[in-house]
Amino acid sequence: MLTLSLILLPVVAATLLLLIKSPAVKTLALGAALVELALAAYAFATFKADAQMQFEFDYPWIAGAGIRFSGGIDGISVLLVLLTGLLTPLITLSAFGREYDRPSTFYSLILYMQAALMGVFTARDAFLFYLFFEAALIPVYFLAAMWGGEKRIAVTFKFFIYTIFGSLFMLVALVYLYYQTGVPGKPGVHSSAIVDFYNLNLTPAAQGWVFWAFFIAFAIKMPVFPFHTWQPDTYVESPTPATMLLSGIMLKMGVYGLIRFLLPIVPAGLETWGLLATTLSVTGIVYGSIIAIRQRDMKRLIAYSSFAHVGLMAAGVFSQTANGLQGALIQMLAHGINVVGLFFVAEIIFGRTNSRFLDQLGGITRTTPKLTVYFMILLLGSVALPLTNGFVGEFLLLNGVFAYNNWLGAVAGLTIILGAVYMLRMFQKSMFGPTSARTETFDDLSGAESWVLLPLAVMVFWIGIYPNSFLKVTEPAVLNLLQYVVK
Amino acid sequence: MQTDLLCSLIPLFPLIGFAINGLGFRKVPASLVGPISSAAALASFAVSLMLFSGFSGQPVKATLFDWISVGSLHINFSFQIDQLSLLMLLIVTGVGSLIHIYSIGYMKHDEGFGKFMAFLNLFLFFMLLLVTGSNYVIMFIGWEGVGLCSYLLIGFWNKNVNYNNAARKAFVMNRIGDLGFLLGIFLLITTFGSVEYTDIFEQATRFAVGDKMILAITLLLFVGAMGKSAQIPLYTWLPDAMAGPTPVSALIHAATMVTAGIYMIVRSNVLYTLSPVTLEVIGVIAIATAILAASIGLLQNDIKKVLAYSTVSQLGYMFLGLSVAAYSSGMFHVITHAFFKALLFLGAGSVIHAMSDEQDIRNMGGLRKHLPLTFITFLLGTIAIAGIPPFAGFFSKDEILAHVFLHNKALWGLGLVGSAMTSFYMFRLLFLTFFGEFRGTEAQRHHLHESPATMTLPLIVLAVLSVAGGLLNLPGGGWLSHFMEPLFAGSAQVSPEAFGHEIDHSTEYMLMGISTAVAIGSAIAAYVVYISRHAVPAPESAERSGIAKLVYNKYFVDELYEIAIVRPIRALGDALYNFGEFIIDGIVNGVAWIVRAASAQLRLLQSGSIGFYVFAMVFSIAVIVIVRFFVRF
Repeated sequence: MLTLSLILLPVVAATLLLLIKSPAVKTLALGAALVELALAAYAFATFKADAQMQFEFDYPWIAGAGIRFSGGIDGISVLLVLLTGLLTPLITLSAFGREYDRPSTFYSLILYMQAALMGVFTARDAFLFYLFFEAALIPVYFLAAMWGGEKRIAVTFKFFIYTIFGSLFMLVALVYLYYQTGVPGKPGVHSSAIVDFYNLNLTPAAQGWVFWAFFIAFAIKMPVFPFHTWQPDTYVESPTPATMLLSGIMLKMGVYGLIRFLLPIVPAGLETWGLLATTLSVTGIVYGSIIAIRQRDMKRLIAYSSFAHVGLMAAGVFSQTANGLQGALIQMLAHGINVVGLFFVAEIIFGRTNSRFLDQLGGITRTTPKLTVYFMILLLGSVALPLTNGFVGEFLLLNGVFAYNNWLGAVAGLTIILGAVYMLRMFQKSMFGPTSARTETFDDLSGAESWVLLPLAVMVFWIGIYPNSFLKVTEPAVLNLLQYVVK
Repeated sequence: MQTDLLCSLIPLFPLIGFAINGLGFRKVPASLVGPISSAAALASFAVSLMLFSGFSGQPVKATLFDWISVGSLHINFSFQIDQLSLLMLLIVTGVGSLIHIYSIGYMKHDEGFGKFMAFLNLFLFFMLLLVTGSNYVIMFIGWEGVGLCSYLLIGFWNKNVNYNNAARKAFVMNRIGDLGFLLGIFLLITTFGSVEYTDIFEQATRFAVGDKMILAITLLLFVGAMGKSAQIPLYTWLPDAMAGPTPVSALIHAATMVTAGIYMIVRSNVLYTLSPVTLEVIGVIAIATAILAASIGLLQNDIKKVLAYSTVSQLGYMFLGLSVAAYSSGMFHVITHAFFKALLFLGAGSVIHAMSDEQDIRNMGGLRKHLPLTFITFLLGTIAIAGIPPFAGFFSKDEILAHVFLHNKALWGLGLVGSAMTSFYMFRLLFLTFFGEFRGTEAQRHHLHESPATMTLPLIVLAVLSVAGGLLNLPGGGWLSHFMEPLFAGSAQVSPEAFGHEIDHSTEYMLMGISTAVAIGSAIAAYVVYISRHAVPAPESAERSGIAKLVYNKYFVDELYEIAIVRPIRALGDALYNFGEFIIDGIVNGVAWIVRAASAQLRLLQSGSIGFYVFAMVFSIAVIVIVRFFVRF
């Protein structure tokens, strides 16, 4: 019931918000998101650290075809449920600083998005997963296309078509897998439960093409090199709350998909193609980082850094090691926190200076001790300084990739160096040095802004200092999943 | 009191100090900032002394909690107190406390005073984690943490773009080393299944000398040491790091942080003894660094830059000692160097303070009359570093050179050359600063004054230590080598022949005589040039040619890195962004088009099974169509 509430509560709240035409709409949206956070936190706190599905719901959907409306939370999804629950109220609150047209539509879209994301992370039926996977695209598409920057129409349409196109591959694979299931002696009886896909005996050829179908779908979503060209423009042109949803939570759908589908369903395909997939992921780390070094637009810089970071998560998953998978799971949480925080900092700076260009900024720290500290904390998390959240993830991920292939691990490790280069450059050019005309008078954080950044900073240190609160929760499920990989 | 409690208290005090002064920045009264942070450092020093005096000779481990654990890999947040960590603790907290006190006098008029003291405390916290951690990952926390503090303090005056660039350069160069360290840790995990020192060293004794895996591990760890301890090719950040306030240079960039690389290798001595090839590599890099940096120091005119190159060079000597498995000699030099180099930097700070922030020794001269205490202590520090008996530096450097002599005569000869240069550039610095006529402006002359007691007191303490530090390990089996002996039991077991050579006394006295003669000879040469002949280095604008130009410009290494590494990466970044992205976009679009055509074929193959497939297809297409219908704003 809890899981179903996590999906339905935002839907109901969002639908009610659409009917309200008062300025209180944003507060109500925040309230709904906070209730959802309480539910998600409750789910996390009461989650038993074993490999089982918990808080399940299960109803017939297309009964004759064995397709069910079923969901639940297990160790693979629990951190993502927590992440979605945590980030949505913060993203909502972060939008308070700017007046958006048609606020009831705006805020209800954020909540619809949250519902879809919760659905993706908790679906136990492959077609339900697919439904939510596609449904998540719609609210964020509207957010980007209606409130975005000048080039929003062209950019978001490309984003939409690109990702829909990728998902079609997954759909083909899902349908194929669905028809492979069955009960001996009972032709025509199939199941679309994801766990039933794990036990299929696919031919090597099928393993190969199903691998690529899943890979392309999820690689576009994350994105993995070279399927990333939709991403920087979309992140830059979208209004910041949409960018946060995309980078903070939505891209995790891709990583989650790899873990949930690709690893256990096509281990032989991974055996054959894993090296290529890992190489692509690692290429993206270096490629994205080197481009990030040269960006002057803060948002675009963070977009490329996100692209680089997610490449490491993908590589960690492909390493098929406990370290790599645990690293990917905790890094999804960490990255969501850091990237949302960094995009918010960029938004704060843009809100006060009307510029995101590093060469037009500088010296902001002179008047902003609070902003400086929060920005620095998020930056340290992002460059994986030990005792911050980024370190735990990167350490485990790099360890996993290194165990899979020493050379790829070493190349992936360049993120340690290049990340420091582009992040410190961004920090220095915006916060330090002489002030510019735009930054001469720069107000420090408002109360609401601090309330967005404070929880993020707390999470940066919590995950960094005591990661076992999260690692222990996911470990049994990861070890269980790995059994399918080595079957 | 319980040892594990004491262990945790050591880093905890500075962390509390950081929290008070950091969170209370501009709220804590300026008169309390200094005492709070210094008390934090002194409290850690006191606890370290307690641990030292109560030390039984057996390593003690204290585990706080299980930090990161995945599968069979457990990384504990735990401390290990043994001979090595105790020595480092005493240096870090002892010299650290003195520098905290000094900073009160040096920095109290700065508007960021509270922030500065908070960062110093934070640095101590990480440095103490580095030296007390019981495994490589805790060491890595400290390792990266001190790098962060170094970054924050080099760029402390953050309005200045050059300072910020220096800070960033330090962080990035250190990160290059850190990648090596991290990969080394991964290989340790692969090889030993653990990151705990005790587990690893116990298992390591079963490996054969020359093992390939150990070779890779030790080389990777050494890459980390190169970054942190400023060895070729990762040394160029350290001279630039002089942009930080002078107490920072003394604490971080001379006495403590930069010796972390030596600590790491001494800590891992079993592994290094198992890998003679790595030791050879270290030896070559160490001697090259020692000589290169010393030669640059000969022509520098910024008082702090001379000391910075001197630090790079002295670190080279420490590694030189390690490269011949003279681990305790390397540590001995770490200790004495902490005394005299901290003294020299703090002395330089006192001079800069008196000279109204002037750092160019061409504009100094004759300061001994105005800064008598600073002068005397600086003189003692100079004699100590030059290697003139019976001061501290003589004993530690001589011990290293004696071991090198046994191992490789050519290396010893080169070491002696570096030693001659050391004595020359230090006496040159001393003479140009404190002797002769004052060459600064009238305003500067008017302002000249001896520093306050908070600054001179640390100078005096450090001067005493620089004079008497040699007593720690007198030739012929001193206290230090005896105290450290248990640390090298594993090394002695795996390779008795590479370890523990005894030098016979006549050779030892001969070597001492030679190095003393070289040091004094160089000092006299400096005297002749800068006192008798009153030579003053040519101004910045002067034409320099040949070797002088090359050395004066630090062999153009920064320029080389700029051309060979920095610019190509920038150009690549621009190229990828401007062209790479465009091309990929085009290719992906094309491929997508082809695949879509192909998938249409695939759909025909699946024509027998309609059912849900069609439903889902239709759904997707409907979504596209609906969205396109609405999105016409």
